[in-house]
Amino acid sequence: MNFFWDLFLGGLTRGSIYALIALGYTMVYGILQLINFAHGEIYMIGAFTALIVASVLTMKGMTGLSVLMVAGVVAVLYSAAYGFTVEKIAYKPLRQASRLSPLISAIGMSIFLQNYVMLAQTSDFLPFPNLIPPSDFLDSISHLIGPSDFIIILTSTIVMISLSLLLKFTKMGKAMRATAQDQQMALLAGVNINRVISITFIIGSSLAALGGILIASHVGRINFYIGFNAGIKAFTAAVLGGIGSIPGAMLGALALGMAESFGTGYISSDYESVFAFAFLILILIFKPDGILGRSSQQKV
Amino acid sequence: MAFWDDHPSKKSKSVFHMKFAEEIKRSIYVALWLMLLTFPIIVIKVNTIDNVIIWRWSNIAGIGLASFLLSFFWQLYLRKKAPEKGVAMEKESFFRRLLENPKIYRPALIIIASCALVFPFIASHYQINVMTTALIYVMLGLGLNIEVGLAGLLDLGYVAFYAVGAYSYALLNYHFGLGFWILLPAGALLAALFGILVGLPVLRLSGDYLAIVTLAFAEILRLVLENWNDFSFGPSGISNIPRPGLFGIPLTPEQSAVYLYFILIALCLLTIFVIYRLQHSRIGRAWVAMREDELACQAMGIDKTKAKLAAFALGATWAGMAGVLFAAKTTFINPASFTFLESAMILAIVVLGGMGSILGVITAALAIILLPEYLRVFSDYRMILFGAALILVMIFRPGGLMAEKRRQYQFHHTDIEDKT
Repeated sequence: MNFFWDLFLGGLTRGSIYALIALGYTMVYGILQLINFAHGEIYMIGAFTALIVASVLTMKGMTGLSVLMVAGVVAVLYSAAYGFTVEKIAYKPLRQASRLSPLISAIGMSIFLQNYVMLAQTSDFLPFPNLIPPSDFLDSISHLIGPSDFIIILTSTIVMISLSLLLKFTKMGKAMRATAQDQQMALLAGVNINRVISITFIIGSSLAALGGILIASHVGRINFYIGFNAGIKAFTAAVLGGIGSIPGAMLGALALGMAESFGTGYISSDYESVFAFAFLILILIFKPDGILGRSSQQKV
Repeated sequence: MAFWDDHPSKKSKSVFHMKFAEEIKRSIYVALWLMLLTFPIIVIKVNTIDNVIIWRWSNIAGIGLASFLLSFFWQLYLRKKAPEKGVAMEKESFFRRLLENPKIYRPALIIIASCALVFPFIASHYQINVMTTALIYVMLGLGLNIEVGLAGLLDLGYVAFYAVGAYSYALLNYHFGLGFWILLPAGALLAALFGILVGLPVLRLSGDYLAIVTLAFAEILRLVLENWNDFSFGPSGISNIPRPGLFGIPLTPEQSAVYLYFILIALCLLTIFVIYRLQHSRIGRAWVAMREDELACQAMGIDKTKAKLAAFALGATWAGMAGVLFAAKTTFINPASFTFLESAMILAIVVLGGMGSILGVITAALAIILLPEYLRVFSDYRMILFGAALILVMIFRPGGLMAEKRRQYQFHHTDIEDKT
């Protein structure tokens, strides 16, 4: 039973991280119908910025919660700025082009950002400081759940709830939903499409950066290539849940995390990603539009 | 978008007086923004082991200057481009007319063909190898072109078929000692079967769901090859794969490189011929119809299942052959050669070349493989330049270098009138 609980928690932690990244994918996809391959790189840049800021602060003599706060805020802001800029440079000029052109541009951007970080920083793994300060409360529950697992699950739950509220109740959220549904019509109704798209990228990138910081302090090391794997997994999660659907992305991410965790626990640890992908294929055979996707089946 | 904004006469005069003021102002903003953006990653380098921070201030000055100049010229380009749209269109059709004029393209073809024939005898061993690699990518590009360019099936895991070809040559040779010429068709056939295997579950999927499933298949295959040591020898791969034989005559590595080069030239010609014929055949037109509108295509009585599976199987066939050739060329394969980056590269070849255009795909394949090879001077910056180039080409030519022109059937009124 204990082993089961561990795997369950592991799956939940993994799933929460995937969900944070998958939300960015699914939001961008919902509005632009674009697979934003550079999204994983934004996550990686978030982790790097946090590492750099935290190291500088620690060397300047700051400790504890303030380091985490400052590093986190700076990393999220920077990633949001990166997401915003990437959209302006690589996707905005291609709005009217065929669907594959922005995809190639996104792949190009992903390769560019990876190599940019590799050249400017290093290609080796960097140790990531444990930013989560020790506290009595976390110690008291540590026999049930590890401190970083707890923080990850808590943070992503809060973020997901606030995102849902934002989309449901604010004016911007309404504009975003309208744009996702029908861009032309939203334009006619007076929605500033360019602003909506920019804000989508900003929100998505901030969430990815948050995921980056959390997983980096959980795993303890980062390099320039971490974005690729995380990106692919998060994209898988978004598709699994039905791409374009926000609750779908959360559900898909949790399901994927569970599939990986239990697969590695009960079958074999070598095939971690194989379980994720096999699970995706299985689900899509039976539900071709993902778990919560809108059915797009057309028949003659 | 907004049609009421179109009053060019109102603003243009005053803007003209300011000349470059507007551009300079904007470029400064862009440069400042990018300097701010790149600051932590470009300037600060932390060494967490020795606890030292290295501040590299000179880098940020470079970024600022470079982005200012780029942004400035970009805006000048945008300003110039606006009135010249018509001219650009004409240029393109002029280029196309050149290509379609038999007086021009026939001698050009003869020159290219003779260059290709003479090349291995004047070039070095290294250059022949590079060219052979480029030709393998031409085959891969043309194969993926069937799936993506013609049938409109976005395949992000094309490298899987390539891996199937390479591994079937390596493994069947290792276990049964079969030769290159038997395994070339065998590898192609196995890849085609794998193509159908991938194609079957994704028949109901469309667009991006298809993309992720093909990607998933490719990743599964790679991970299995990496972890199933008894079957595939794991990450260390398979070495000592024999080069293709020539009626039992022993060849030195240099000679066999030349031999392989000619095999590839022949296979590329075959590929081009087959794809050219396919493109205008019944199934080719069915693919194009499916790409344009699946629903309408079904309504016209085209069997969607058959057309999709045929596209997967045929696309995979060429990848399988290319895989066999790759294994024979490098004599060593391991799963690291079949990553997603490879799929992305082949897809980039197809899209950069212009989807569906044979000439475009060939040009793009040669450019993407040969340019980085000859730019080894910038070896560290190769990949970053590749990424930037992908973005730039897409922005300037979203349709690819040579977009495919649909064959048009003309209806001549005069003929009918004469007969009646």
